[in-house]
Amino acid sequence: MAVTLEESIGKQMHAGPLSWILGRQTFWVFLAAALACLALSIATDTFATERNIFNVTRNFAFVAIIALGMTAVIITGGIDLSVGAVVVLSAMITGMTMAAGYSIWLAVPLAIAGSLAVGLFNGVMIAYVGMPPFVVTLGMLSVVRSLAMVLSNNKMVYQFGPDHEMLLALGGGSTFGIPHPVYVLAILGVLTSLAFRWSRLGRHIFALGGNEHAATLTGIPVKRVKILVYMFAALTAGITGVLEVGWLGGVTTNLGQGMELNVIAAAVIGGANLAGGAGTAFGAIVGAALIEVIRNSLILLGISTFWQGTFVGSFIIIAVLFDRLRASRSSE
Amino acid sequence: MAILELLEVSKNFGAIQALTDVSLAIKEGEVVGLMGDNGAGKSTLVKIVAGNYPPSRGVIRIANRQAALHSPADARAQGIEIVYQELALCDNLTAAANVYLGRELLRGFGPFRILDYKTMYQRAGALFAELKSETRPRDLVRRMSGGQRQAVAIARTRLSDAKIVLMDEPTAAISVRQVEEVLNLIRRLRDHGIAVALVSHRMPDVFAVADRIVVLRRGVKVADKPISGSSPEEVTGLITGAIQAA
Repeated sequence: MAVTLEESIGKQMHAGPLSWILGRQTFWVFLAAALACLALSIATDTFATERNIFNVTRNFAFVAIIALGMTAVIITGGIDLSVGAVVVLSAMITGMTMAAGYSIWLAVPLAIAGSLAVGLFNGVMIAYVGMPPFVVTLGMLSVVRSLAMVLSNNKMVYQFGPDHEMLLALGGGSTFGIPHPVYVLAILGVLTSLAFRWSRLGRHIFALGGNEHAATLTGIPVKRVKILVYMFAALTAGITGVLEVGWLGGVTTNLGQGMELNVIAAAVIGGANLAGGAGTAFGAIVGAALIEVIRNSLILLGISTFWQGTFVGSFIIIAVLFDRLRASRSSE
Repeated sequence: MAILELLEVSKNFGAIQALTDVSLAIKEGEVVGLMGDNGAGKSTLVKIVAGNYPPSRGVIRIANRQAALHSPADARAQGIEIVYQELALCDNLTAAANVYLGRELLRGFGPFRILDYKTMYQRAGALFAELKSETRPRDLVRRMSGGQRQAVAIARTRLSDAKIVLMDEPTAAISVRQVEEVLNLIRRLRDHGIAVALVSHRMPDVFAVADRIVVLRRGVKVADKPISGSSPEEVTGLITGAIQAA
C-alpha cells in the first residue's frame, strides 16, 4: 500500500476515459453479450430475424425489470428472495379480479398494492425488527406463493372478463414493433439510473451498503431507506406479474418459480456487489440480456437447454472473479 | 470565554460509578488532551458531551448557557461535532460525498431536486485546502491513506458551524508517518478558534498539540493543568496512580 503521492498523482493522470470504461464490469458483460449476438447472427440465419429479436427482448425484459429492483436491494447490502413469489401473487390478483368481472383499472392497482404490501412487510421486518434479509424474504417466498395458491385454489385462470383483450395487449402486444414490456423496462431503467446518480435517496442507498454504521451516525434515515428499497423490489416484481399474465394469456401458480435466482444472477453479472455498496441499473439490464442471449443461442444452435445453467452459472463466477482480479490489482 | 463547561458531572450505570463530580472548561481555540487508562471514564465523558446519554448529575453549559443534550443530533445542533475513532466513512463513496453524507446539497425545486455535485465538490475541495490536506474531493475513500481519511472526517465537522470538536483516538489506527498530518489538522481547527477535545492514549501526540491536559482516573479528575507545566513522566504517574493528583 506504500504509494507515494507522485505515483498516485501519476496514476490519476493516466486514468483517462478509456481506462475508466475498461475498468467497468458492465462494459465487459455488455461486450460479451454483443459478441454473442454478432456470432449468432453469422452462425445462424434464425437469430437476426425480426421475430427472434422481438422474442429475446421481450423475454429478458421481465427478468431485467425485477433486476432493477433487486439491484437497489443488493446495493444496500440486502437480498430479496421473495420476488418470484410476488410475480405470481400480482399475476393472480390481476387474473382473479378480472375473472370476477371487474375492470382492469381496478385489478392492476390491486395487484400493485398487494405487491407493495409484501415489500413493506419485508422492509419493516428487516429495518425495524432487525432480522436478516435472507431469512425474512425466504419466509415470504414461501408464504406469498402459498397465498397465491389459496387465492386461486391452485387453478389456472385464463378468462379475464370484460377487459380480457386489454390485458393481453398490455403484456403481449407491441407498439412500433417493440414489445410493451420493453417500454416499461426502458422507462424504469432510466428512472432507476437517474435516481441512483442524482437523488438524495440514491446516495443514501449506496451509503447504506458502504457502511451502515456510518450512515446511521451521519443521520441518514436508514430504516426508511431500507423499507423503500424492499418496496421498490416488490413493485418491480408486481409490474412484471401484471405484464406476464397479459403475455401468457393465463396464470398458473408455478409462474415465476425460481425466477428470483435468475434475477439475482442478472444483477450480479451486471456488477451488483452482494456485499453491498456497488451496482448500476444499466448493469442489471445488460446482465439480464446476457442471460437471455445465452438461453436463446443454445436453442438456436440446437444445444440441449440442459446446458443453460452451466453457461449462466459460469458467467456469474467469471464476472465476479474478473471484478475481484481487477480490485486486487488496483489495490496493489 | 469557555465554550464548553462541565460542572460536577457524574454518571453511574446502576451500581457502577463511571464519573464522579468531573468539572471541566474548554475555551475557544484551545486543545485539551483528555487522558486516562481504559475504564477511567474518558469515553463516558465523550458520550455525555456527544449526547449519547445524559449525565446522572451535574450541569453542561455551552457558551454560558445551560444545555440539555438529548441525542447526537441535539449535540450537533448546539455546535458539538464528534470525529469517531472508526471515522464513520463509506469506502465506496467519494471524499466529497462523505463530507456531505446525510447533509447533501440539492439544486432545482420541488420534486425535481437533484444532488448538486458541482457545489459539493467545490466546497469539499475548499475545506480540504483550508485544512491544508491534499485529499481530493473526487477520490474514493477506499483508496485513501489514514491521514486523508481523518481529513475527510474532520472536514465534515467544518460544514456546520461547530464550536467544539471531540476527537476519539484520532491517531490510534494510522501509521506513524500520517500522525503528523493529523496533528496538523488539529492545529488548523484550533487556528479557526475551534475548541478541540482530544481523547488519546498516545502521550507524544497529546504533548505535541494540546495546550492543556486533563487526566481521569477511575472516574475522577486527578489533573487539569497547562501542558507546559507537566511532563510525560508526570502524566504516566497520574494515569497509573503512582502520583495521586497534580
